[in-house]
Amino acid sequence: MKLSRKIDVQHLTRVEGHGNISIRVRNGALQHARWEVVETPRFFEAMLVDKKWDNAPWICGRICGICSIGHTLASIRAIENAFNMVPTKQTQTLRLLLKHMETLQSHILHLYFLVAPDFLNVGSIFPLIESHPDVVKRAAGLKLLANDTCDLVGGRRLHPTRTVVGGFTMLPDKKDLEAVRHRLEESRSDLESTAELFYSFALPAFARETEFVSLGASDGYPFIGGDLVSSDGVRKAEHDYRAMTNEYLVEQSTSKWSRLSRQSFAVGALARLNNNFPHLSTGARKMAEAFGLAPVNHNPFMNIVAQLVECVHVVEESTGLISEVLDVPWTRPRETVVPKRGMGVGAVEVPRGILYHCYEFDTKGRIRRADCVIPTSQNHANIQHDLEALTLQYVSEGRSDQEIERAAQMLVRSYDPCISCSVH
Amino acid sequence: MTTGQRTYMGVPVPRPRTAFFELSSCEGCQLQLLNNEATLLDFLDLLEVVEFREAMTEHSDQYEIAFVEGSITRRDEVLRLKKIRKDARLLVAFGTCACFGGVNQLKNRFHDLAWVKKAVYGKQAVETQEARPLRDFVEVDLSILGCPVRKEEVEKIVTNLVLGKSVNLPKFPVCMECKANRNVCLFDLGEACLGPVTRAGCDAWCPNNRAGCWGCRGPADEANLEGLELVMKKYGISRESLLDRLECFGGFESQVRHLRRPSRKKPRARG
Repeated sequence: MKLSRKIDVQHLTRVEGHGNISIRVRNGALQHARWEVVETPRFFEAMLVDKKWDNAPWICGRICGICSIGHTLASIRAIENAFNMVPTKQTQTLRLLLKHMETLQSHILHLYFLVAPDFLNVGSIFPLIESHPDVVKRAAGLKLLANDTCDLVGGRRLHPTRTVVGGFTMLPDKKDLEAVRHRLEESRSDLESTAELFYSFALPAFARETEFVSLGASDGYPFIGGDLVSSDGVRKAEHDYRAMTNEYLVEQSTSKWSRLSRQSFAVGALARLNNNFPHLSTGARKMAEAFGLAPVNHNPFMNIVAQLVECVHVVEESTGLISEVLDVPWTRPRETVVPKRGMGVGAVEVPRGILYHCYEFDTKGRIRRADCVIPTSQNHANIQHDLEALTLQYVSEGRSDQEIERAAQMLVRSYDPCISCSVH
Repeated sequence: MTTGQRTYMGVPVPRPRTAFFELSSCEGCQLQLLNNEATLLDFLDLLEVVEFREAMTEHSDQYEIAFVEGSITRRDEVLRLKKIRKDARLLVAFGTCACFGGVNQLKNRFHDLAWVKKAVYGKQAVETQEARPLRDFVEVDLSILGCPVRKEEVEKIVTNLVLGKSVNLPKFPVCMECKANRNVCLFDLGEACLGPVTRAGCDAWCPNNRAGCWGCRGPADEANLEGLELVMKKYGISRESLLDRLECFGGFESQVRHLRRPSRKKPRARG
């Protein structure tokens, strides 16, 4: 058996942002297995200081190029909570639909463009255009459906234009929504084919007992606002988010880390599913069962399957949401905003896990202090501890350097990290 | 991606080796390329993508065209950019962060990076410098504007590049595109809007959705700021709203400097 190993991955590929993996084994003993985040900080929390409330969603959406809709919605929710505003039912429904379609596009991007190449032994989706044209066509079709719906409801798929504090600047055409509902119903067979493809992939056999943090269900599988829960039994109110996140700084990362009941915790699709399994839609639950995914699952690679299950859930629920708004006449799109002194928190489940925005306002509605806690930053410590455990397991199994390097990369990728977002 | 020789009106068309890079950014402009599902395959057919870290594992330093997203906020990024400049025949500043600094340059307005660092990282040492556009460090051959870039415009520009045609950005402002689209004027809805002074080419993306323009594409050739100030005043829109928009993306940096004396005081919040 090889006794010493030196594995370095500079700027891991097929993830958002810049991170490195460094593994050292000497005489059979693990010296270190490190997940290092080297992303440049952009200082969004400082940028916002002294800005008026209406700047925040516009600026904060730009924290992330994948989940800009989620950031915008969390920012809006924080402001509305600070100003004691409750969005109308119509606004809530449209926001959830928009959120669902971001989840779908982001999960499909991760599953097909970032993860699938690992299992099909290629470096990217590009060679699959020739070798697996059906797969690429299906991926593009599902992503297009999600993005078209984001354009329709949010005005733009990336950095949305219509989403504002108080509601929307304008509403979609009902005929277009009806067409989307039809396309969503038709997409079910593409999701079935996606499931067949992923069922053929052998996920690494690895598990490490983990605490999972997400929003907790009150009336359905949760995405926007509500209580914060952990699989270790912690439950906190939304405004008390700091008691969940407990951010701290570490040398190996320009992103902050988090902890709760243990040395680290995980957020994301697997956490949501572990904490809210009974609230999945019927089709989603069936798919989870077909993959043998039941709570509480401690294999981080199963986050990939959890994302697939959530794709089914958001598609099934979205058809219902569209029916809801089609059944009643439109009410006015936007409520008037009256700024107020105080603090507001917005917690939203974005594709990679729970996201918090918190702002403190003066009487004129200017931001005095801002705090954004990103899902990937909450995951970094857990990735670190998983990476150590996975390396130890693979070393003891006598795996080759290539196998260890590949599994380490796949581990980080399975969290679907959004690294520039986590540093922000 | 087909491998056979492409032709345009009977003339062979090269497939230039192309690389994508990102500095300080949300990586959204690169994602806009993958977000372009309907025409993605045709687009990829135009280029030979040899480096695109966010989407592919393969890597190469041999390329003709480099698309660089993001602004410069740290020393190591200057070195990366200079290396890219050396390797590339053509360097494209891809998106508003690369062209003007983007939202990242909002931190520059405090003129006190020590405070900015402390506000986010407390006592922990962290390296950062003023967010600056690529052109402050290297020669940029072509700018593709927008936060985010508009995929139709990217495709048009890239097609022209590959075919050897010239690439010209519109000289006129967004306002003209907005009028042509017969939108209700945002001023009449009581919204601030930089459409009259911002360079067109986005087809009035935000105003089409009843959101006033924030100037992410920078100034048009003739940007009459004084005129805009008068119009906004007439509609009762605050000067603060105008300045918020002008300073959001960095394209109007010199105009903002002219309009607002830099506030050297530290923000009132945690100092």
